[in-house]
Amino acid sequence: MSQAVGINFKKSSIDSLVAGFLALILFGPIVGVLLDGYDFDFEFDKVAWMVAIVVVGRFAISSFFQTEKGVAMAFRYASNDDGATVLAPGHKSKMVWIIPLVIAVGLLVPFIASKYVLTVVILGLIYVLLGLGLNIVVGLAGLLDLGFVGFYAIGAYGLALGYENLGLGFWSMLPIAALLAAFAGAILGFPVLRMHGDYLAIVTLGFGEIIRLVLTNWASFTHGPNGISAPLPTLFGLEFKRRSSDGQTFHEFFNLPYDSAYKYMFIYLVLFAVVWAVLFIKHRLVKMPIGRAWEALREDEIACRSLGLNHVLVKLSAFMLGASTGGLAGVFFATYQGFVNPSSFTFFESALILAIVVLGGMGSTLGVVIAAFCLTVLPEVLREFAEYRVLMFGILMVVMMVWKPRGIVRVTRTGFATRKGAVK
Amino acid sequence: MDIVLQQLVNGLTLGSVYGLIAIGYTMVYGIIGMINFAHGDVYMVSAYITAIAIALLTFFGIESFPIIIIGTLFLTVAVTGAYGWVIERIAYRPLRNSSRLAVLISAIGMSLILQNYVQLSQGANQQGVPTLLTGAIRFTVGDGFVQITYMKLLILFISLLGMGILTYVIQKTKLGRMCRATQQDRKMASILGIDTDKVISTVFVIGAMMAALAGVLITLDYGAFDFYVGFIIGIKAFTAAVLGGIGSLPGAMLGGLILGLSEALFAGLISSDYKDVFSFSLLVLILIIRPSGLLGKPEVEKV
Repeated sequence: MSQAVGINFKKSSIDSLVAGFLALILFGPIVGVLLDGYDFDFEFDKVAWMVAIVVVGRFAISSFFQTEKGVAMAFRYASNDDGATVLAPGHKSKMVWIIPLVIAVGLLVPFIASKYVLTVVILGLIYVLLGLGLNIVVGLAGLLDLGFVGFYAIGAYGLALGYENLGLGFWSMLPIAALLAAFAGAILGFPVLRMHGDYLAIVTLGFGEIIRLVLTNWASFTHGPNGISAPLPTLFGLEFKRRSSDGQTFHEFFNLPYDSAYKYMFIYLVLFAVVWAVLFIKHRLVKMPIGRAWEALREDEIACRSLGLNHVLVKLSAFMLGASTGGLAGVFFATYQGFVNPSSFTFFESALILAIVVLGGMGSTLGVVIAAFCLTVLPEVLREFAEYRVLMFGILMVVMMVWKPRGIVRVTRTGFATRKGAVK
Repeated sequence: MDIVLQQLVNGLTLGSVYGLIAIGYTMVYGIIGMINFAHGDVYMVSAYITAIAIALLTFFGIESFPIIIIGTLFLTVAVTGAYGWVIERIAYRPLRNSSRLAVLISAIGMSLILQNYVQLSQGANQQGVPTLLTGAIRFTVGDGFVQITYMKLLILFISLLGMGILTYVIQKTKLGRMCRATQQDRKMASILGIDTDKVISTVFVIGAMMAALAGVLITLDYGAFDFYVGFIIGIKAFTAAVLGGIGSLPGAMLGGLILGLSEALFAGLISSDYKDVFSFSLLVLILIIRPSGLLGKPEVEKV
């Protein structure tokens, strides 16, 4: 780093000219010529703007990385940050205070928030559940699963089809869907155990697509693209409808005026409880040998196997636990929408859940929760940018991988102290 | 009988196009050991550029078919090649020494970016190109007939030509030697003075160009496309690459032909609704039973 620092304007200019030329090639045809049937319109001004932004941006970046600060920054990000932050052995987590506070606020939300806000928060919580599920598979065990939406679909369709064909309701379907999805996870997991990395990603992607295609094409059973209605949850047999089909409704039993928000409040409270249960279970699992085994397998599979770790069991358990969480989320999604159809389970959904895990930080629970809320609630708030949502996700994924592959919130772990009197 | 023959003809042309796209996967995998997830979307971009090139050429008053097709091929291959270069530069080069998971996620991000970029600038509606080449050769077989359109013949001719040129480049030229050397041992090649970064970029450009060839051919034949076509065809081409043995060029072509033929037969004889399910299941089966493919070498796990 002892190079003479100074901005070489010739280099910056060449950089920006090359970038501008490339931008012209890339943006020119696709942005500049707007197809309209067999006809087309020119839109040169848009291209000119985009190229100008690229040229100026490239010049600025190129110049910045020649300054002293830029060189230092490039050096800092060239070295990859790996592993977890180890805290001092006596570290006391602030979570002891934060968690009860969050629970208290969370319990208040349905009673103060409007119906619209409530539905958005429910959606956010569903994605928290999905993110937590995928975080076990991708973040902890390092198995890139691009078909996670398949388990989500199994949960959602399990509720809808179970109600239609077997008369199963929300409460009975909740555990059954988790088991069903775990079973599907095992079926998928077993044959693909021998694969890793990219192959695994493609096979799971194929699995998710097969499920979606079957849901779309098997019209006699799943009603095809038209979708199928799903039942609402009940509270000890009390329904959340205006008029009950059989038995009593919630508002009649408690002598309340009818309000369609009751059902969302109820779904929210159940979902809130389930999310906390999953969080707690995951928190414990990570500290147990099985959780440690997941992470060890992620870091170095060959070393783990040579040390006698049963990789079949470890991978399968990660797959099944992740899948069952996805199945739970599916049940909530179906009952929240009251309706499911195959278009909710495309590859994009898988990519979105993956973006949550990636952004939040692989393996970091807190990060995943925050990221799930950011990625689902923010687009609702910023409605006018909704069409740029997918583009933003894409850019986010690339930038995060280049800049901070371990996510925004790093995994922390409390260190061990040697016992007194032990050999140093 | 006539259905089987007709589907064989369809499958052959489809398969040769799958082979073209599969080359992009197989070359990139061979050289840096990753699946270029955005490759299918490069194909999709090339479909759009095909339509734009045809529109521009007719706008400038060019009506003769040979000039339009050559001009379109040239423009599409050139622009799509630039896409290949830029994608490698942005999404893959900074991650050269990162974990494979990071590279794959970045590739998925790139795929989303391309899809959404095209959707935002061209709209989500299906687009189309006019039919340029009509007419067909017909044979009577039994009670029915088998028809080979001139377009299908053109597809077969151009894709074989493309594969031929590529095989020549890889086998005989200095560039091809550099590619093969980098593929065998990247570190050693760079010690011996090969600019491996440049070679990797070149491989991405070649892959994108081959996908562009396929994009022009399929778009001209099929007529309609949207921003989502790259996804399905990308996975199918990947299946072809895996079937033939990923990393092997002749394998990609062979795998493409086998996949195209079997898929066309499945669609014609059993069910066209489930033909995608068939391809995906085939992919899963191959990866489980014989991950090294037909012509590939088994992967050695290095510690």
